[in-house]
Amino acid sequence: MMRLKDSDVTPEPVYLNRRAFMVGAAALLVAGGESAAAAPPEPAPLKATPNPKFRGEEPPTKYESATTYNNFYEFGTDKGDPSRLGHTLRPRPWSVVVDGLVAKPQRLDIDEVLKAAPLEERVYALRCVEAWSMIIPWIGYPLSVLLKRAEPTSKAKYVEFTTLKDPEQFPAQKPGLFGLGGGLDWPYTEGLRLDEAMHPLTLLTVGMYGKVLPNPNGAPVRVVIPWKYGFKSAKSIVRIRLTEEEPKTAWNKAAPQEYGFYSNVNPTVDHPRWSQATERRIGEFRRRKTLMFNGYAEQVASLYTGMDLKKLY
Amino acid sequence: MSRRVRVALKVGVWAACLVPLAKLLYGFWTDALTANPISYVTNELGQTTLRLLLISLSLTPLRILFGWGWQMPFRRLLGLFAFFYVCLHLSVWVVLDHFFDWREMGADIVKRPYITVGMLAFSLLLPLAATSTTGMIKRLGAARWRQLHRLVYFAAVAGCLHFIWLAKKVRVDPWVYTAILAVLLAVRAWDAARRFARRRAGGRAPSSSSSSSSPAAPPRAHARPVPPR
Repeated sequence: MMRLKDSDVTPEPVYLNRRAFMVGAAALLVAGGESAAAAPPEPAPLKATPNPKFRGEEPPTKYESATTYNNFYEFGTDKGDPSRLGHTLRPRPWSVVVDGLVAKPQRLDIDEVLKAAPLEERVYALRCVEAWSMIIPWIGYPLSVLLKRAEPTSKAKYVEFTTLKDPEQFPAQKPGLFGLGGGLDWPYTEGLRLDEAMHPLTLLTVGMYGKVLPNPNGAPVRVVIPWKYGFKSAKSIVRIRLTEEEPKTAWNKAAPQEYGFYSNVNPTVDHPRWSQATERRIGEFRRRKTLMFNGYAEQVASLYTGMDLKKLY
Repeated sequence: MSRRVRVALKVGVWAACLVPLAKLLYGFWTDALTANPISYVTNELGQTTLRLLLISLSLTPLRILFGWGWQMPFRRLLGLFAFFYVCLHLSVWVVLDHFFDWREMGADIVKRPYITVGMLAFSLLLPLAATSTTGMIKRLGAARWRQLHRLVYFAAVAGCLHFIWLAKKVRVDPWVYTAILAVLLAVRAWDAARRFARRRAGGRAPSSSSSSSSPAAPPRAHARPVPPR
């Protein structure tokens, strides 16, 4: 069945076929992940006062890295997709609805969102569930400001965030061949317990690096919850809903045994398929140890006293 | 096939196989390996390995389906290039990703199914690369050599599993590789079943212990005389 001498088997070939095969083989080899090289359009500057409490001990990740290496599956699963395709998202006009179990439901234009509180700059660590991390100077204000404006009722126990669903702006939301889009159940939803959402660290974010939030990073408005894995921090938010029940979250629906509702950064609780004990800081060579609650244990550990974080991952 | 064509084909295959490496080196030179180069390079090398494995496994099905033979001599080269890329893939993991932290890597091999199965795929390829020389074929004997080299099917399956298990659930590409592999293996299985059936039909009254020497047995595809054009 297998012979290696090439003189043995030489039917008169069709040259075109050979060439077509070789070209095909070459194309197959050349294809596959291309690097994100194209620089996205420069977002407008955004003024903010640095918050001295969150100046950050470590230098921020390069702006170029933070805007070209993103998980934003609305644009595609490749980390270069958001910067490559991000221009299709139109961050203006935009409005955010705050409703559900609130006394005063709100519908805020993005300009009202920007003016709801003084903008501050906070340098936070961002830890992705894929075991890489960045240091990012975000611009925003505590989410609690917006929530308090809507006056949550006593029944409200959770907050649900919903990302825009619009296949025209988010190409990967288009249904794929035979429904095999390879995507999540759109729209992307995420959630927090109300006390987590009201925590002073939870930042409603409208900018970074002194600029308006770039499209690949969730323009025009997102949340940043620095002690949880990155996917908890919903991007391009159109709705914030207060609920009594724990909201369904996109990744939990896709793989419940891998992505729990809490998803706190925890070096002692591994992802079922890989370790969470270490991480690679973008821009660094060696892995470093992952810190409990991504280094924010002092501020947030009390939220989880008495909870088994191995079960409630 | 004329000598010139053969040489041209060989050069073409070598060049095509070196393109992925050249792309990575160029990316390194121009700082275009994304913000997380180690992860990017590991992934590219792994996917190149899988692609080359699948291409090398597609040559026999091409012969089965279309009767082509010109591609057959490239199995060894393609297989060895697949092995070359899997060695790079593994080296990046050992050196750049874990920086010789054997304890951590050992724990990963035991604890993480995708790494376990990846290591399995690599170890299955090792004896194949080691016995890839013409001298080894002679020493082992064609039959035993052929048997040994069927390990490549298991290596490819393990390679696909490795990719499926490490990728996030919503990614499609691991399944694309797996589907292609399934088709390639199905063609071989179909061919083997067909040959087996023919041999049985032709070998009802076995006079000797070797059914393949039965005069009624149809010639193997590769031994089929070349029809004049």
